[in-house]
Amino acid sequence: MSDLLKTPLNEWHRAHGAKMGPFAGWDMPIQYEGILAEHAHTRTAASIFDICHMGEFRIRGAGAAAALAAAVSHNLDTLKPGRCRYGFLLNARGGVLDDLIVYRMAEDEFMLVVNGACAASDFAALRERLPEAVSMEDISGQTAKIDLQGPQSVDVLEALLGASFRDLGYFSFRETSFRGQPLLVSRTGYTGELGYELYLPWDAAEALWEALLADARVKPAGLGARDTLRLEAGLPLYGHDLDTEHTPAEAGMGKMLTSTADYVGKDHARTIRRVLVPLTIEGRRSARHGDALALPGGGPVVGRITSGSFAPTLGYAIAFAWVDAPHADNAHFAVRTARAELPAVRATLPFYTQGTARIALS
Amino acid sequence: MSIPNDLQYNKTHEWVRLEGGEAVIGISHFAQESLGDITFVDLPEVGASLEQGKEFGAVESVKAAGDLYAPVSGEVIAVNEALADAPETVNQSPFGDGWMVRVKLAQAPSGLLNAAEYAKVCAEEAH
Repeated sequence: MSDLLKTPLNEWHRAHGAKMGPFAGWDMPIQYEGILAEHAHTRTAASIFDICHMGEFRIRGAGAAAALAAAVSHNLDTLKPGRCRYGFLLNARGGVLDDLIVYRMAEDEFMLVVNGACAASDFAALRERLPEAVSMEDISGQTAKIDLQGPQSVDVLEALLGASFRDLGYFSFRETSFRGQPLLVSRTGYTGELGYELYLPWDAAEALWEALLADARVKPAGLGARDTLRLEAGLPLYGHDLDTEHTPAEAGMGKMLTSTADYVGKDHARTIRRVLVPLTIEGRRSARHGDALALPGGGPVVGRITSGSFAPTLGYAIAFAWVDAPHADNAHFAVRTARAELPAVRATLPFYTQGTARIALS
Repeated sequence: MSIPNDLQYNKTHEWVRLEGGEAVIGISHFAQESLGDITFVDLPEVGASLEQGKEFGAVESVKAAGDLYAPVSGEVIAVNEALADAPETVNQSPFGDGWMVRVKLAQAPSGLLNAAEYAKVCAEEAH
């Protein structure tokens, strides 16, 4: 365990009885009170998540916008300063090297937020794609990230910072401060609920964490609940539902590919050999990552499960699977788990439709 | 760590309470805590036979899944049907309302662990 990286909240987690586990090379809190309780609290009140393991890069300089537009799939033409956008870093074959959010800080200044496990390879790939005149800095080591998520998160945030955030729209952000330290508040998240991703200096993370918890509406939640929340919301997890062998179009994200720039992987980003299919499993028994997906009635294997869990808010199991394109529109499948064959039905996204992520606040 | 003295244990974390010619079976506090929130319990039907040391069911939690191994041999005479809709009962009361099956013993079990021996198994696995 000694070689695992530690967030600035590591001691806090341990002192407060978190069950810890390795994730993306980091020693992270999996749960505190329990995954189901933390999941329910996020759906009904507000939770905070330590997401300091994610990577952040700062890219700036003359020509940064045009250079970045040729490096990632995001359409930067329509991305205004103060807004952020989800998209992909692709390889030349159109496979997904990572999914990431690009924040436009200014005309030629950006912050990229990437998966912790991919940060080093992303940085290398991007550095190679960007000209020398464009500066690129890995600020992961000095940037803490705390996610505040849940329908009451706006009230918590406004009470803490003494300012209104109701005018901050979905996928918009604002630079402010917390106790004299710079704080970036982004109305984004990974739970399907109204929420904010908060970026601030590494050394200020614990003070913000404690200040948020001082609000009686807020509880800490671990990566276990984060995973069940994101799956119910129909959001993919890199390394499970997205990988280098599959394109954005195969993951159902083809409509996002509106960039007119000639970015790396563009020629193959719309290739479809398999499709990421959402599945509802009848009953409480869960399919798991790696389980085979077959046609019903002892038919051939046509895919494999990439994510699967009991969905706490729904009361039944749900999953994602890569399915060979000719069978991707089928309605019925059978999951072959180690213990049983589970009937599965093609679902529509999001699995959980009552999420508050996009609600208008003003 | 809760390990009742009046029960016997498998090293695979099932407990058994011997009551005359019958036995009640469940999983331990240590097992439920390791699994986390339990979301599904797969149990045999009344009339099924259990063979000591063999798999007889499964438990799933949000993050994990595990097989159940029979601590005794015999015929299932009752199943805790309430766990189908409320598997969290195993978390809340692993030695009480979270019991799983009642068995009519085919023979006296051997090789089970007492509470002190089982405590050592848990201590080793906790590291």
